[in-house]
Amino acid sequence: MQAPLLAIDGLRTVFRTSSGEVAAVDGVSLAVPRGRTLGIVGESGCGKSMLSLSVMRLVPRPGRVAAGSVRLEGRDLLTLSPAEMRSVRGGQVAMIFQEPMTSLNPVHTIGDQIIEAMQAHEAGGRDLRDRAIEALRRVRIPAPERRLDEYPHQLSGGMRQRVMIAMALACRPKLLIADEPTTALDVTVQAQILDLLRELQAETGMSIILITHDLGVVAEMADEVAVMYAGRVVEQATARALFEDPQHPYTLGLLGSIPRLDEERDRLLAIEGAVPPPFALPPGCRFAPRCPFSITECTAAMPPLRELAEGHGAACIRAPVEQAVAA
Amino acid sequence: MSSVAPSPPQPSPAGGGGSDTPSPAQRGGGGTAANGTRAAAREGGSHAAKPLLAVENLVKHYPVRRGLILARQVGTVRAVDGVSFTLNRGETLALVGESGCGKSTTARLVLRLIEPSAGRVAIEGEDITSLSGAALRRLRRRAQIIFQDPYASLNPRLSVGDAIAEPMVVHGIGDAAARAARVRELLGLVGLAPYHADRYPHEFSGGQRQRIGIARALAVQPELVVCDEPVSALDVSIQAQVVNLLKELQLRFGLAYLFIAHDLAVVKHMADRVAVMYLGRIVEIAEKRALFAAPRHPYTRALLAAIPHPDPSRRGQVTPLGGDVPSPMAIPPGCRFHTRCPHAAELCRTQEPPALEIGPGHLAACHFAATLPPVAAAPGGGLSSLAAKRLALFAAGRPAA
Repeated sequence: MQAPLLAIDGLRTVFRTSSGEVAAVDGVSLAVPRGRTLGIVGESGCGKSMLSLSVMRLVPRPGRVAAGSVRLEGRDLLTLSPAEMRSVRGGQVAMIFQEPMTSLNPVHTIGDQIIEAMQAHEAGGRDLRDRAIEALRRVRIPAPERRLDEYPHQLSGGMRQRVMIAMALACRPKLLIADEPTTALDVTVQAQILDLLRELQAETGMSIILITHDLGVVAEMADEVAVMYAGRVVEQATARALFEDPQHPYTLGLLGSIPRLDEERDRLLAIEGAVPPPFALPPGCRFAPRCPFSITECTAAMPPLRELAEGHGAACIRAPVEQAVAA
Repeated sequence: MSSVAPSPPQPSPAGGGGSDTPSPAQRGGGGTAANGTRAAAREGGSHAAKPLLAVENLVKHYPVRRGLILARQVGTVRAVDGVSFTLNRGETLALVGESGCGKSTTARLVLRLIEPSAGRVAIEGEDITSLSGAALRRLRRRAQIIFQDPYASLNPRLSVGDAIAEPMVVHGIGDAAARAARVRELLGLVGLAPYHADRYPHEFSGGQRQRIGIARALAVQPELVVCDEPVSALDVSIQAQVVNLLKELQLRFGLAYLFIAHDLAVVKHMADRVAVMYLGRIVEIAEKRALFAAPRHPYTRALLAAIPHPDPSRRGQVTPLGGDVPSPMAIPPGCRFHTRCPHAAELCRTQEPPALEIGPGHLAACHFAATLPPVAAAPGGGLSSLAAKRLALFAAGRPAA
């Protein structure tokens, strides 16, 4: 098997608080294959955004990466100098965020901002404007010559996200980290942006880490999926296996919580309670207090990710649950 | 479910066809005990019992002015541009559409939180657009609202108990002791505990705050609750808790919901009827099952097709709708959807389509609503059998709710 583009191993990101050190990301290991999309799914506070910021080494103070490695083509990003890391960011690894309006500078034109992104990574040239137009054309923005001189507020939300993607892809990154890229968009515009990301991936062969809370978006986009809960990966599988053979009770809870268009249910299967904050984690399995399958052993030790089928792991000692219940 | 054959249009007048027989959608069994009675109450249409809420040709235009001293009007935002619908007791009507379609403005007009430019809003036949003073306050007691953002809609300086009691104070209901008892009761109804009354909003999670917002809305025993994107800001597992709670409360108190949402899957779960809005107009309205199984307006179809399904085996099967929603300051002539519509013809560019009746209570504002080819099979086959089996164990395995 080909070596992955990005390999995250034992990553732990901690924050110092008045009540001691808490881990927002706690021992996460993941691999992103070349040209493929890894979906990271979970609810607020599960650590999915902090994981991507850790990869980019953009964890805000007082947080820091305390342990682990993040290897991009074998090179550990965590050991790079700040200058080396700057050239990785926006160069080999680029990132887009949920709210394009807050990521774009309102007082500069679209063109200036795209050109600035290009200049940050290479010496300027006279053809920068042409290349910026080309970048907008790649993300299917109509009349790019005109759009280049417009300001962010003159664009719709979908157009702004296209501009963000154009900027992110300006330096042909090998990895694009997309953190809830369509969450703020209307559903028809979301469909356009997801379609665009798929097309651009086919064109460029880039890998994508897609962070989302939306299982529909994951099913639509991801090849591999990692489900996160309270700072840890609780299940990891191909997208197909995750939806056809979901193993971890938290994954089951998520699947049961979403209303579906292709099914009618009286009551949604809500998960009782709420995600524990990182400073008040329960002992053992972090999902145990909300889990209908939990037994005393669950609270004794944190379950490791256990392979249940090839390439399909779940951090649950009770999986598969039908056997646990029958026993 | 009745599949819509490409039959010729039925030019029957509104209410002519199916006012005495329940539509297949209603007979299909909503699974809730109250559905039968609700459906029966609804069938009367405009002939029998008055609907709880009737909205006719509601319009809200905002002038756009430029210049500080000699401000002149340079345009008009047509936020709501002729909206009509009815809502019966105990029923949920969902208003769905994308940002800027006018759904939230419509909700605010219904409660007279803003004044309409034209049109009529009647509660049990009484026009409320001209009410003022005590009469308006009486209306407010009957109709309440739950907002999207539970962080912004609670006063951080009021304890939860005071926030829930405030509507009762405004409407002069009970004395302090009675109100305190009622606050405890309401907290219990929404799944919180009596001691929460002394706490402040920042001590609660998003889902709990939305429960507080619901308790406050119910404090004055309204008949109509406008739910403006009540679960959009919540995580999925919490969203499910709140959706379940709203359904329970509706059954228990016979509440009518005007449910504003952009998530069609949530709407399908919550609503009895659905109205799809685009640029200030309702483009299609129907019983939920008819709308989801056989949508007739191209915009409804595009919205449904755009929803990502939690089923990777069906990915990438749809061509997304192109373009953006036009500005409500520059609504296209003719059919307002024609700039994005895959079926648009010359007629669509010049003539605004009337609402065609496709079936009982099913209206679509499209020139070709009756002749469009049926949509391809509904997407997705539901959960895999393995997932369904484990979900059932999950549901059975926990203490009964």
